[in-house]
Amino acid sequence: MRVSFKDWSRKGDPWIWLNAGAVAISLVMVFGLLLLIAQRGLVHFWPHALVEADYVMADGRQSTIIGEIVDSEEVSAEQLSTAGIHVPAGVEFLQRDLLKVGNRDVGGFDFRWVLDRDLPNKRYPVELMSVERREWGNFYGYLESVREAGQEVATGDLWAELQTRIARTLSIYEEIYDVEKKDIGAINHELERLRLKERGYQLRNELTEERKQSLAMQRQALDEDYAVLQTRLEQLYTEIRRDSMTARTMDGKVVDIPLAKVVRAYRPNAMALPEQIGFYFSKLAEFVGDDPREANTEGGIFPAIYGTVLMVLLMSILVTPLGVVAAVYLREYAHQGAITRLIRIAVNNLAGVPSIVYGVFGLGFFIYFIGAGVDQVFFPEALPSPTFGTPGLLWASITLAILTLPVVIVATEEGLARIPRSIREGSLALGATKAETLWRVVLPMASPAIMTGMILAIARAAGEVAPLMLVGVVKLAPSLPLDMNYPYLHLDQKFMHLGFHIYDVGFQSPNVEAARPLVYATSLLLVLVIALLNLSAVAIRNRLREKYKALEM
Amino acid sequence: MAQALSPTTHEEATMSKEQATSTGQGSARTHGIDISSLDRSSEVMRLEDETLSLEVKNLKLYYGEKEALHGINMQIPQKRVTAFIGPSGCGKSTLLRCFNRMNDLVDGCRIDGQILLDGNDIYQRNVEVAELRRRVGMVFQKPNPFPKSIYENVAYGLRIQGINKKRILDETVEWSLRSAALWDEVKDRLNDSALGLSGGQQQRLVIARTVAVRPEVLLLDEPASALDPLSTLKIEELIHELKDDYTIVIVTHNMQQAARVSDYTAFMYMGDLVEFGSTNELFTNPAKKQTEDYITGRYG
Repeated sequence: MRVSFKDWSRKGDPWIWLNAGAVAISLVMVFGLLLLIAQRGLVHFWPHALVEADYVMADGRQSTIIGEIVDSEEVSAEQLSTAGIHVPAGVEFLQRDLLKVGNRDVGGFDFRWVLDRDLPNKRYPVELMSVERREWGNFYGYLESVREAGQEVATGDLWAELQTRIARTLSIYEEIYDVEKKDIGAINHELERLRLKERGYQLRNELTEERKQSLAMQRQALDEDYAVLQTRLEQLYTEIRRDSMTARTMDGKVVDIPLAKVVRAYRPNAMALPEQIGFYFSKLAEFVGDDPREANTEGGIFPAIYGTVLMVLLMSILVTPLGVVAAVYLREYAHQGAITRLIRIAVNNLAGVPSIVYGVFGLGFFIYFIGAGVDQVFFPEALPSPTFGTPGLLWASITLAILTLPVVIVATEEGLARIPRSIREGSLALGATKAETLWRVVLPMASPAIMTGMILAIARAAGEVAPLMLVGVVKLAPSLPLDMNYPYLHLDQKFMHLGFHIYDVGFQSPNVEAARPLVYATSLLLVLVIALLNLSAVAIRNRLREKYKALEM
Repeated sequence: MAQALSPTTHEEATMSKEQATSTGQGSARTHGIDISSLDRSSEVMRLEDETLSLEVKNLKLYYGEKEALHGINMQIPQKRVTAFIGPSGCGKSTLLRCFNRMNDLVDGCRIDGQILLDGNDIYQRNVEVAELRRRVGMVFQKPNPFPKSIYENVAYGLRIQGINKKRILDETVEWSLRSAALWDEVKDRLNDSALGLSGGQQQRLVIARTVAVRPEVLLLDEPASALDPLSTLKIEELIHELKDDYTIVIVTHNMQQAARVSDYTAFMYMGDLVEFGSTNELFTNPAKKQTEDYITGRYG
């Protein structure tokens, strides 16, 4: 049965196809993007096989090369010939591999491009070892010996011995970390508070002898605590320096590696699949839960996740009441005339202002004007070093709150407009005033719309980077903005942020090749964090919706 | 005219069904059928004998430039049911909404003239509108329960007044639901959402909510127009019971309903009060040709 095109289009079928097509393309793009960053980012944590190969240099000399093949691409023969590399006639393309050769302390480069044809005789020896270090990147080579206090340890199974000694060093390392960060950190924090207290008394001319003495006593107590910790620390440091190992690199050099600098050592070629999977997840856990190392190109991004979430939460807490109050005034109280319309247009347009402009505003107004004023009034004892007169968590949250305010206002206003007049009249007819009606009936019913505004605000704020660079985000923050030191939430501190971390690792890093997979992995994590924040807000909204579901009217 | 006064067979059927379904109080149900069956055709109701609750004096109402009510004069007696009838757009709802100043909420609406509640002008400057609305309750055309529990709906007016004692609230909620003839149906699910009730139950809940603040006057704006016949009957019965305690003013499109439930009827047309008198008289012996035409269904 033939249907004419005219009939077909009159029934509206083309529109259905068009709409379905548009939806399909959108879905493919979204999932394609997620898949791309997931694939690029997640593969990074897998233990790649270490290859050893003979390397024939251009002048005919031979050497050995060891490394991970990270990437490979086809290069046209023409391009190679112009670079002065001899290519036999008839060959159009040659394969070129990117090798991660590590050993930055020995060779100077982490990565090398080599032509695949120059790597004959590829082999994967089981003894090849990969060592992750706290500095100088990875080490690849063969284990030669394990040493204790410089003396070789005679033992049958060298590898097992190495692993037990690494485990011991790691536990000491953790202890040192605890002592330095937590205990000594807390003491330093207290000392700083005492100093500020004393300075405050001085400024107010209230520094009596009595107070001086009490401060001195407190300080002495802290100093004593500190001395104890210091001894403990020295002891730990001696212990951690005890062990080392020697290893042979690809060019035959034997290198001494102190175990204190080793994060982990593994033999990827010897790993069976279950081991590989276990290794993968431990690396993933490290990425999500640990502090960054080596200019952010290694280790984890926990502080950035923490900072992002905390900043977004603070932003939501700030923006929601402000937006709701503004929307209530605009919709319920303001006379709906030309001025209100003008304000509404202005609010809507604010949503379109480039975010960096908000950053400049935040820096100029909040930090340099308000922050400096706050310092003068409330923290004179800390001057000339600023407390709130410098970029920090509070100002970043407030700047983003201003940035997302229009979204919340618009969504709330729409929610208020949707509440049936009859409900308000019902409340008013019972003798409620307008304010009582608002509080008891209208706002609860508008709460799903308010939540929608919050969801949009979160989505926008969590992904914002540009303004944050001006008002509080840093490459590496020494401590978390929420910790166990009084006053627990440090609104004046600078913090790390996933979005900025991506930019920093990807474009400011000295080791771009090493950082690239981390850029993808961090992107994926940022998407996940935003999705998680959004989904929790959506869940709350749906519960509210269920509670105040629209009356069938 | 006979058409308007005697019930159709359909209504009789509904009525008997209603009586059949409800047990226990079937015999008490005599109203809501026919004026003649109400035993009051002999009773002469005269406005001069009544105590007045509301008095409207030369009330003019404007929506912007447009005059919607052209000088209404009317006296509404206490503890009686007064019905406003008339074609759509004749101003009966507008007039009703003047009694609790609901029209204040409409932009560009202003009035001229006076409305006295127990002798005091409710449009005077010093009158507190919230207090006035507490004394003059209103039930709307469509049921508008709040999206809260049944209990909280009824307790709403009390909570607004700052009454939060559980004992008082419990008592008032029960009493109000009983007076709205809803208690037996909802007593086991007071904490369920009011939105789960049927339309008729919702409307009775709204009446209970209004009654809970013990108003003097109840304004009903087509309270049964969105309900099915059965629920309508229940509402009408309720009106009959409530009139012992409240002055009731009801706007309705349904002339039979007006005839069934009201003691006095006002016929309005195009913003004018055409005729006002006791329901018996107005329906059996209208003074104006216009009224007669309307109630016999010749126009409107």
